[in-house]
Amino acid sequence: MQTDLLEEARRQAQICNACRYCEGYCAVFPAMHAERAFSDGDLTQLANLCHNCRGCYYACQYTAPHEFNLNLPKALAELRQDSWKAHSWPAGFATLFDRAGLAITAGLVVSFAILFWLAQVLRPEAGAGFYAYMSHGLMVAIFAPAFLLPLAALGMSLRSFWRTIGGEPVRLEQVWAALRSAGRMKNLEGGHGDGCNFEDEDRFTQARRHFHQATLWGFLLCFASTSSGTVLHYGFGQEAPYGFFSLPKLLGVPGGVLLCAGTLGLAWLKTKADRELGAPSAWGGEMAFVLLLFSVSATGLFLYAASGTSLVSVLLPIHLGTVLTFFLLTPYTKMAHGFFRLTSLVRDAQTRRMALQTQVSTATRAQTWRN
Amino acid sequence: MHNSSPEVLVIGGGNAALCAAITAAEKGASVTLLEAAPKPYRGGNSRHTRNFRCMHHGPLGPLTGSYSEDEYLEDLLKVTGGKTDEFLARLAIRTSEECLPWMEAHGVRFQPSLSGTLSLSRTNAFFLGGGKGLVNAYYRTAEALGVDVYYETSVTHLELDDARIVRVDATQQDHLFSLTPKAVVVAAGGFQADTDWLARAWGSAAKNFLIRGTPYNRGVVLADLLEQGVEQVGDPTQCHAVAIDGRAPKFDGGIVTRLDCVPFSIVVNKHADRFYDEGEDVWPKRYAIWGRLVADQPDQVGYVIIDAKSLELFMPSVFPPLKADTLEGLATQLGLPPDRLRNTVNAFNAACGDTSAFHPTELDGVATSGLTPPKSNWARPITEPPFYGYTLRTGVTFTYLGLKVDERAQCSVGNAPVANLWAAGETMAGSILGQGYLAGFGMTIGTVFGRIAGKEAADHAN
Repeated sequence: MQTDLLEEARRQAQICNACRYCEGYCAVFPAMHAERAFSDGDLTQLANLCHNCRGCYYACQYTAPHEFNLNLPKALAELRQDSWKAHSWPAGFATLFDRAGLAITAGLVVSFAILFWLAQVLRPEAGAGFYAYMSHGLMVAIFAPAFLLPLAALGMSLRSFWRTIGGEPVRLEQVWAALRSAGRMKNLEGGHGDGCNFEDEDRFTQARRHFHQATLWGFLLCFASTSSGTVLHYGFGQEAPYGFFSLPKLLGVPGGVLLCAGTLGLAWLKTKADRELGAPSAWGGEMAFVLLLFSVSATGLFLYAASGTSLVSVLLPIHLGTVLTFFLLTPYTKMAHGFFRLTSLVRDAQTRRMALQTQVSTATRAQTWRN
Repeated sequence: MHNSSPEVLVIGGGNAALCAAITAAEKGASVTLLEAAPKPYRGGNSRHTRNFRCMHHGPLGPLTGSYSEDEYLEDLLKVTGGKTDEFLARLAIRTSEECLPWMEAHGVRFQPSLSGTLSLSRTNAFFLGGGKGLVNAYYRTAEALGVDVYYETSVTHLELDDARIVRVDATQQDHLFSLTPKAVVVAAGGFQADTDWLARAWGSAAKNFLIRGTPYNRGVVLADLLEQGVEQVGDPTQCHAVAIDGRAPKFDGGIVTRLDCVPFSIVVNKHADRFYDEGEDVWPKRYAIWGRLVADQPDQVGYVIIDAKSLELFMPSVFPPLKADTLEGLATQLGLPPDRLRNTVNAFNAACGDTSAFHPTELDGVATSGLTPPKSNWARPITEPPFYGYTLRTGVTFTYLGLKVDERAQCSVGNAPVANLWAAGETMAGSILGQGYLAGFGMTIGTVFGRIAGKEAADHAN
């Protein structure tokens, strides 16, 4: 990892650790205040625990023009971005993070081209719905590896990341704690429940948290929809197209709508927020990713709306192209953040458990000493 | 300027000023607030604060248990040594209870009680994010109420005529202008950032003092009013000062420059001589006197010496300590005479006795014998390398000299009230705090008297 980013994060964390006013905002500060010195692993963990809610920046007495020049959300965002690169597998793909916008665009163009070509060349003789344009076998042949290989790559990344942040054998309740925190986006609540600072300086709102939740839950519903289709196909011999009152549609349509609304909202908020409180160089790639996710859901909904018409021949390759790009780039785009963040939340649950075991920590003792 | 004749003009931009502006605006007055600092530094010393000391009869917001008026007053009298206007103090204490819900209703958020700090979660409510979070919330609230806020706008003169403020002169980026408000609230802090003024009270030693808070509290308005005979209160030669890390910036170092290691150390002056009992009492009860002790030493500087076994007993400070494997090496880094430091440490070590009862958070009675000055607690020999050192300087928090007010926060000239002038916050805190300081009480005074001043000013204007 880049030493200059680590050094800057360390400098800032040491100042924060002598202040501690932000203790209540999120999980980063209690984790930070449990340490007196910060190893590279500690800093990597803090960086991935940070949800960039920015509460600490706007509450900070030491932001520029103060000579301490604190901007913890930025320092942690840049370190976070760097940590994903440092742990990406295969290592050679790390540069994709820096060019995520370009990679997504190129991925889309190539995916469209291939899928259009396949739909023309290998158009099946028979088949209903979109299987009239592309056979089920062909789709599985493309998407099964396109889904599983990136997941395997991500698995490798997370394994080395886990080592970096000092992870220990995982207990089920720690995973549960991490999932609950992510599901509620607890770290975007601001500690007081008023939400976070993002689109309008120091105003606390729920906008980012709610749009992110729409995105997360929308995505999970879409994923569940696809999974239920697979189960119906292989388990029950029921093939697509499915009617509206089928499991894939009941999950997929609301999921698609939520995902569309969530990603559009996040993109809009992103245009309002101060870029200097994140990793400025990652802004374009993040925006491209949010819009890609929007395209996945929007083209999916269009495809459903167009079923039975000739538009399917065009919309199908477009939709599948966005999905393919999304899958293939998952380990090297903003999508990776969800996996790293969840891993950090599991680690945080572990360290909090240890802190509880050693009741009188330095932090609490020191707290009684200063007033 | 949008409105050169606002009904209420608030001078200052910290907690007391904002409480006054919000209260006046809620009573329907047109309010203009002038903050001398630019927006990133708005909020005066309030942005460095952390908590609010609050009386309560039962659990209230983040506060546990109860904290009675008498107990609160007793705590206050302990630190002021009786130099307290009991009538105003009781008013502030009593009113603090209704302030907490008011603060929450106006956007302030408190931290849930911190584990392991039971004694504090009973008496002090901690702001989530600290004082700047509070200041941000109040600016949002004030602006939503239509208060006109001007940054980088300094008041230079209030024209007092026949016990009434008839005109207020101000500058904004070299542009001079005048205002004719119906009522004026002064909440512009003390004068501690004006080192020349400090030097007049303290002598040239004050030039070496560091100012823990805002550089914008230069006492311009305070001096202007005192010159025109507005009643003053508080000892002009007194300021609240603590010992802080000598490497702190001249201004605005705030909380992170605090050093909590003195009880586990020996402290020497530039001649490597000890000068006071480092273990006299627990640090929260002693840190305030060390500002003065260091101020009395040559060049207004002290040097803290600890060894490896004490390093983790106190909160980390913002600057890492200097470190050396030998005392002589440390002395060289600190600019102290190495032989003398060695002798001082040897004499101290020889005077240490049985240290088995050492307990870092209690008065453990582990004392030196036959040493002058003694160290009465936590006296363990300094023997274990590496050795660590910090420089200590005097950090001024606030000054006591201020405007005298009555229970309506109104200022007076001679024996008559100034018809349209009120004061709140640090600028009048000397009316209540004669000396010493009680954690979280500054914000109590600011909130209570800010609200009173805002209400009285709005009533006068209507």
